[in-house]
Amino acid sequence: MIGRAVSRVDGPLKVTGGARYAYERQDFGRAAVGFILGASVAKGRIVRLDTAAAERAPGVLHVMTHWNAPAQGPRDGSLPDQFGRPWPVLQGERVSWFGQPVALVVAETFEQARSAAALIDAAYETEAGAFDLASHAHLAYAPRTAAVGLATDSVLGDLDAAMASADVTIDQNYTTPAHFAQPMEPQSCLAHWVGDDLHVRPSAQGVAGARMALARTIRIPRERVHVDTAFVGGGFGSKLRVHEEAVFAALAARVIARAVKVAQTRRQVFTITGRRPETIQRVRLAASRDGRLTGVGHDVNMQGTSREEFVEQTATVLRSLYAAPNRLTRHRVTDLDVGLGEAVRGPGELPGLLAVESAMDELAHELGLDPIELRILNEPERDPERNVPFSERRLVECMREGAARFGWSARAARPGSRREGDELIGIGMAAAIRMHFQGATRAAVHMGRDGRVVVRSDMTDIGTGTYTILAQVAADALGVPLARVTVELARSDLPPSPGSGGSWGASNSSNAVHRACESLKEKVFGSSNASGFGRADLTSVVSRRFPDGVEGEGSIVGMADDPNYRNFSQHTYGASFAEVAVNTVTGEVRLRRMLGVFAAGRIINSKTTRSQLLGGMIWGVSSALHEAAHVDPRYGNVVNGDLAEYVVPVHADIPAALEAVLLDGIDDKANPLGMKGVGELGVCGTGAAVANAVFNATGVRVRDFPITMDKLLAALPPAF
Amino acid sequence: MRAFSYERAASPAAAAKAVAERPGARFIAGGTNLLDLMKLGIETPTHLVDVNRIGLDAIAPTSDGGLRIGALVRNADLAADPRIRRDYGVLARALLAGASGQLRNRATTAGNLLQRTRCPYFYETAMPCNKRRPGSGCAALEGFSRSNAVLGASDACIATHPSDMAVAMRALDARVETVSPDGSSRTVPIADLHRLPGDEPAQETVLQQGELITAVALPPPIQGLHLYRKVRERASYAFATVSLAAVLVRGRDGQVETGRFAFGGLAHKPWRVEAAEREVARGPAAVSDLVLAGARTTSHNAFKPTLARRLLAAAMAEAAKE
Ligand SMILES: Cc1cc2nc3c(=O)[nH]c(=O)nc-3n(C[C@H](O)[C@H](O)[C@H](O)COP(=O)(O)OP(=O)(O)OC[C@H]3O[C@@H](n4cnc5c(N)ncnc54)[C@H](O)[C@@H]3O)c2cc1C
Ligand code: SF4
Repeated sequence: MIGRAVSRVDGPLKVTGGARYAYERQDFGRAAVGFILGASVAKGRIVRLDTAAAERAPGVLHVMTHWNAPAQGPRDGSLPDQFGRPWPVLQGERVSWFGQPVALVVAETFEQARSAAALIDAAYETEAGAFDLASHAHLAYAPRTAAVGLATDSVLGDLDAAMASADVTIDQNYTTPAHFAQPMEPQSCLAHWVGDDLHVRPSAQGVAGARMALARTIRIPRERVHVDTAFVGGGFGSKLRVHEEAVFAALAARVIARAVKVAQTRRQVFTITGRRPETIQRVRLAASRDGRLTGVGHDVNMQGTSREEFVEQTATVLRSLYAAPNRLTRHRVTDLDVGLGEAVRGPGELPGLLAVESAMDELAHELGLDPIELRILNEPERDPERNVPFSERRLVECMREGAARFGWSARAARPGSRREGDELIGIGMAAAIRMHFQGATRAAVHMGRDGRVVVRSDMTDIGTGTYTILAQVAADALGVPLARVTVELARSDLPPSPGSGGSWGASNSSNAVHRACESLKEKVFGSSNASGFGRADLTSVVSRRFPDGVEGEGSIVGMADDPNYRNFSQHTYGASFAEVAVNTVTGEVRLRRMLGVFAAGRIINSKTTRSQLLGGMIWGVSSALHEAAHVDPRYGNVVNGDLAEYVVPVHADIPAALEAVLLDGIDDKANPLGMKGVGELGVCGTGAAVANAVFNATGVRVRDFPITMDKLLAALPPAF
Repeated sequence: MRAFSYERAASPAAAAKAVAERPGARFIAGGTNLLDLMKLGIETPTHLVDVNRIGLDAIAPTSDGGLRIGALVRNADLAADPRIRRDYGVLARALLAGASGQLRNRATTAGNLLQRTRCPYFYETAMPCNKRRPGSGCAALEGFSRSNAVLGASDACIATHPSDMAVAMRALDARVETVSPDGSSRTVPIADLHRLPGDEPAQETVLQQGELITAVALPPPIQGLHLYRKVRERASYAFATVSLAAVLVRGRDGQVETGRFAFGGLAHKPWRVEAAEREVARGPAAVSDLVLAGARTTSHNAFKPTLARRLLAAAMAEAAKE
């Protein structure tokens, strides 16, 4: 059962519309609809907000502004649980970023609310703001920590000295733009009050965060907030916390004493929801002629805001990747007057590996070494900065396996030398590394007299397959058919978990469920001889001896409390390979084929895992060739804030020759099941593989991502 | 979206009259452009006249051997028509390079011609835009202008016309037929349908309020190699960064003897310079020099003339190879 390619158990519900998302749910009768009005300036003060016409408009039930908004808990960036921090709305006349909500209109229908919102007469006194990183980079400061509490800086030896004395050095700047996660289901929430109890149906990656944030914002006890987020249409980090839509729905539902639902429009998902910060990254590599690294350095300056610190762990990617005696990695932040930074799939790894793995390719080229050989030469035996052993490190295997499958040996070492008709063809590779995290998680498993099994946890399924894999884990541990297992998730009355995010959801919850099954078996058989019974015996013993069924509980501790996290360096690894064709007439780059080989411990479901990895790889392609949010340096708005102009790959951009291969394995230091996360591994390094393929095709190195045609055009051979 | 009233017209004449009678009235055909703009508050018609049931949905031969395409013929049907595929390859290819299958099923011939610019500042109602709000200024001039025009633009507006279909029709010298509210009809060469922005970028065509497009007439088939090359930010589902519709005829010596070159993505209308085409014998650089004469670029779109030159040269090379 473990490892099998089981199709999603919720698949039929999803494709028949039976799976209801927050905005579609009708749990509380016909809900009124709220529409958010955003500020049309990025920095300044509201000087007029006339809602009279909107209030008189047909169907309007309530208009909320900073004049009449209920009191809320204040923002508090010092609270450690980032996703449970209060998120107050309409806190006065100040406008701090473009699109900041300034009013909510609640009406009988969406159309009425939207058209009434357009009748609100708003005027602002604008102030000059800072909107682009490049011209404010000198204002960077050192944050207290990077995300997940990771160290801001790391220093070993003397990088400057290594650079000064090395045979060969690379010292380059790479820039990456702001990105948005843009899940298909926009951020939305349905809210309803029953007495003093708030019932919400948000679209959230974690139940606990949504519950805590709402309790603190609305100022009611946490126990009075009841959350259910059974189906979520993608998150990618952007639903780790709830945003204004949830707070607005909760506040408005109380004011009008009726259920209210609010969703962000697609354009609002580009303003109200946070972004992956824009970065300027300096990568330094010092090496001897024979290819041994003597120094590695990674300085990252990223955009932030003064409202809340968010520091993508971008400069951490090099900390465990290659051996070198002299090392320096640093995070710096430059506050701008833009939307908040938030996690976007592969936070840190995506931009960080784009830069670092491009630089490694540059070094290989300088040295005249094969890029894979260069990486193998610098493979560390122990974690190079923490000086602890690796729990399991299979990077070299990923590279070798990938090279063999992809036909790496056919790569032309001289860039720009392979031409087919109007196209230059190139192949490139990059390594991937991602930290493995673990969060305290509980689960309960019940077996009834009839042999039916119910698995319960407040863990979410954001489209990744949680319902399916937890059923597999329970079916496997209890020896029952999959069809006998029901999985209940994502409600605040279920055993708590930290939800989906950081690629930890599957391993956290699978291990908790596995342990719950072990405890159930122990209750049935007694601790001493539990393993002595055959699997089929379990259901018969339960049906004979436990008239009310039997329940087991299981948990896994957070990484701070797990000695294996201190004693071992735990990561997942991968190597990706890409072949691109660059049109010599136009500079258009098209992917021709791509392969990723990954090692992530034990795999529970090869199908859902492969889907995660393929999706991640496509995201990597996007980061190399397509995706960029352009911020207007005069107005501070995202200029291309819709899915027509914010370009991500479509089917035609992704060839059928796209494959993800998983190395069979088990990381026995990670957790009882020996599994690690895969949700973000696919985005790691894949962008750099594409960028390196573009260099191999053309001999042009683009360091300002994404690599668009205009950046290649000037360097291409003349057209005829 | 603002509240609006709606009626379904029964005939072309009735539709024209209905729109002329109300200053805030608009035709709606496939709605794939107008509805999106209404939802964003960019277009705020007070009354919609639905033209989907007025006929005008056939493709029929004309007396001179060409084809007349009804205004309501859907883009998908037009691209699939065997006569279009056989005799007007450049048009079929341009249509299929546009939008997506779903959109082409809905989008109409007239609606496609009259679709509005994709200038990102036109789409953000908080920004100055002379096209959306006359007199408010042009945010694109000093802004993010990657997609904007390099030819025929003005200090008031540097928007481009986004249609692929119109570029092919311009290469083919199509004629646009209309009926006016007073019942009169006229024919406008496609070259004259769209205006350059000048001081009045909101005034996009020469059509009057209530003037209804009834058909687009294609001339008899034009022999030669029909090419449509669309350069874009991704392989599909993106507007043209620059596009080229070309019809090329090779002479005895194997070189291109006559060529028609219409460009998309460069201007407020499909861009074609007939005087340049008379110089094909002098080679692609000479033609491009004339096509691109007077080009004015921004730091964001300075690559567009280069791209256009390279496309034109590649098209001529391909024709010579055939
Ligand atoms: C996501 C997306 C991607 C797209 N990509 C492309 C692309 O790559 N290339 C491309 O060329 N296009 C593209 N389009 C645009 C699409 O081709 C147009 O939206 C479509 O052709 C408009 O036709 P319609 O019938 O829906 O027009 P409508 O939206 O109904 O109308 C458009 C305008 O024409 C007017 N009108 C309609 N019929 C008449 C008539 N008979 N007489 C006078 N006025 C009339 C209307 O009043 C309105 O002003 C895209 C659109 C979308 C939404
Ligand atoms: S280029 Fe034209 S459409 Fe774009 S902002 Fe300027 S005036 Fe508006």
